[in-house]
Formats: sequence, C-alpha cells, structure tokens
Amino acid sequence: MDVFPYLVAGWVFLAGCYGLATSRNLIHAVGCLSVCQAGTYVLLLTVGYRDGATAPVFSDLKPGSRPVVDPVVQALTLTDVVVGATVTALLLALVVQISKRHGTVDPDELSELRG
Amino acid sequence: MSRRVRLWLLAVGGAGLATLFVAAALDLPAFGGDRHPYGDRAVHASLARHTANVIASVNFDQRAFDTLGEMTILFAAVIGCVILLRQTRDEHRDRPAAPEKVARPVRRHALLVLPVALLTGLYVIAHGQLSPGGGFQGGVVAATSLHLLYLGADYRALERVRPVGLYETGDAIATSAYVVTGLAGLIGGTAFLANTVLPYGTFNTLSSGGTVPLLNAAVGMEVACAVVVLLARFLDQAVEIEEGNGK
Repeated sequence: MDVFPYLVAGWVFLAGCYGLATSRNLIHAVGCLSVCQAGTYVLLLTVGYRDGATAPVFSDLKPGSRPVVDPVVQALTLTDVVVGATVTALLLALVVQISKRHGTVDPDELSELRG
Repeated sequence: MSRRVRLWLLAVGGAGLATLFVAAALDLPAFGGDRHPYGDRAVHASLARHTANVIASVNFDQRAFDTLGEMTILFAAVIGCVILLRQTRDEHRDRPAAPEKVARPVRRHALLVLPVALLTGLYVIAHGQLSPGGGFQGGVVAATSLHLLYLGADYRALERVRPVGLYETGDAIATSAYVVTGLAGLIGGTAFLANTVLPYGTFNTLSSGGTVPLLNAAVGMEVACAVVVLLARFLDQAVEIEEGNGK
C-alpha cells in the first residue's frame, strides 16, 4: 500500500471541496476551506516521510547517525499552517461583516447586491 | 445555479480531479522511500551553518526571502481584519457589564498556567534554531497565554495587559526588523537576506546560526503581536461593540 498516504491527502482535500460546495453557512464554509488545506499538509508530510527516520533537529542527535525526514516539506507545511490561520481569521472577519449587513450567513441568500 | 446543477458539477469535477490525482500518486516515488535530494542538501547546508534545527534553517536562511513574503501575508491579513472589524458609524461601544463570576478552580488554574505558558512561548521562540519550534509556534503560544487572563479573570483585566495599539506597533516593528536584518546583508556586501553577516557561532548554542536567531525572533514577535491584535478585534466585536439604536 505505497500510495495509500497520498490517497488520504486527496480524499481529505475532496471532502473539504464537497463541504465548500454544499455549505449552507459561511462559517461552515470557512471551516471546510481549512479541511482542504489540511489535505495539503498531509500530502506535504507524506512526500517528506522516510522509513525509520526521525525529526530533522540535531540538538541531541549526532549528524549522520540516523536518517531524518525531509525538512523542506516540513518547512513548507509550517508556512502553510501560519498563512492558513491568518487567512481563516480574515475570512471570518468578512463573515462577521456579511452577517451584520445582510443579516444572514447562508451563501444562497446572498445572491443580490446590496449597498 | 441551482443546488442540483451545482452538485452535478461538483461530482464531475471531483471525479476528474480524483482520477488525475490517483494517476499522479501512482507515479510518485514510493512512500517512505530513501531518495530525498532536496532534504539531504537542506540538512547539509544547515549543518554547514551551525543551525541544529534544519527547519529553522530552511525557513530563515535557505528560504528566508520566501518567509518574508509569508510574513507580509500575515501582516496584510491582520490589517484586513483590523479594517473589517472596526467600529462603524452606526455602532457604539458599550462597556462590558460587570464581570461574570468565574468558578474558583478555573480562576486558580488559569492564573497559575498563565506565567508558565508565557514563559514556554518565549522559550520556544528563543530556542527556535536549536529545538523543534521557532518564531511561528512560540509566538502563538505566547499570545494565547495572555488570553488565559480572560478565562481566569475577566475582559477588563485582559484589556489592562493588552494595549492593542502597542501590539499593532510591535507587529509593524517586527516586520520591519526582518527587512532591516535582510538589508544588513546588502550593506555587508552580499545579497538581501543572505546569512553571511554574523559569525555562525558554536553548534548547538543559543547564538549559533548567524542571522537565523534574529529573523526567528522577529517572526516570533510579529506572530505574537498579530495573534493578540486579531483576537482583540474579534473579542471587541463579541463583547464591546453593539449595534446602534438608530438602525
């Protein structure tokens, strides 16, 4: 089952997409976007995994004594988590405004423009 | 677009994406395999520059310019939230009502854990180049630890330790500090954000890694300030800002 971890990443991403498309609540939709993002974390960490390896931190590990997992994808995941958190905050702030102006958070009821 | 059409479109698109993804995954290198050319090179470069935490080295040395962009996204998102969640003309600010009663065990534990959590956050930031962690993680821990005061005491107590203006300034200063550290490279005669200005120090000590600890600290400060400002704006909306009567 060598491809299984990759497939999990794709499945998590698609589950998030399904939630986004069927959502009846914008807060729920923002949550689904975070699920999509979690799929990318799984994919990145899967790509970097190495059998029998440990974390790429050498404070108590003699360099060269053990294999380490790929630090590049871990750094990318870290980046993604931070950016994801702030973008989620920004989207939630937008939802707060939408709820104030339109009195609803159902995307289907937000079809017409209002000043 | 009706819900039916949308679901059909989603099914077709999702099936297409799933097919392509599975086809791509079948061609990827096997899971857990031994061939990681970029990873090996990153480890090598990190050890050459005396940085024990390779991830910190990737973020603040090898990919420092990329991290600058990511900090800018963070900064811009915070500005966006501050603008979106500001008090508008038809709203007014109400002082929160008298503090709610907090259960004694909650109060005791929150106040006990607060200094420990704050110190942990600062520790994680300071040791970013040595142990797992770094500015991003430590900043979040430090910022959220302040909010234990909201759980343990009340909103007014939190406001006293959290002058939002000061944290907004701190956010901006930290972002600038990152750029200034990068510019030091230019003045030192190399490239922007190149880690050649400071000595690399002794491996596995606090001062090792050249500019990595400085950039790490700048990011830690920015993230801490950003999280405090973000949570302050959201709490303001929940606790203080009320809709005007005229609406």
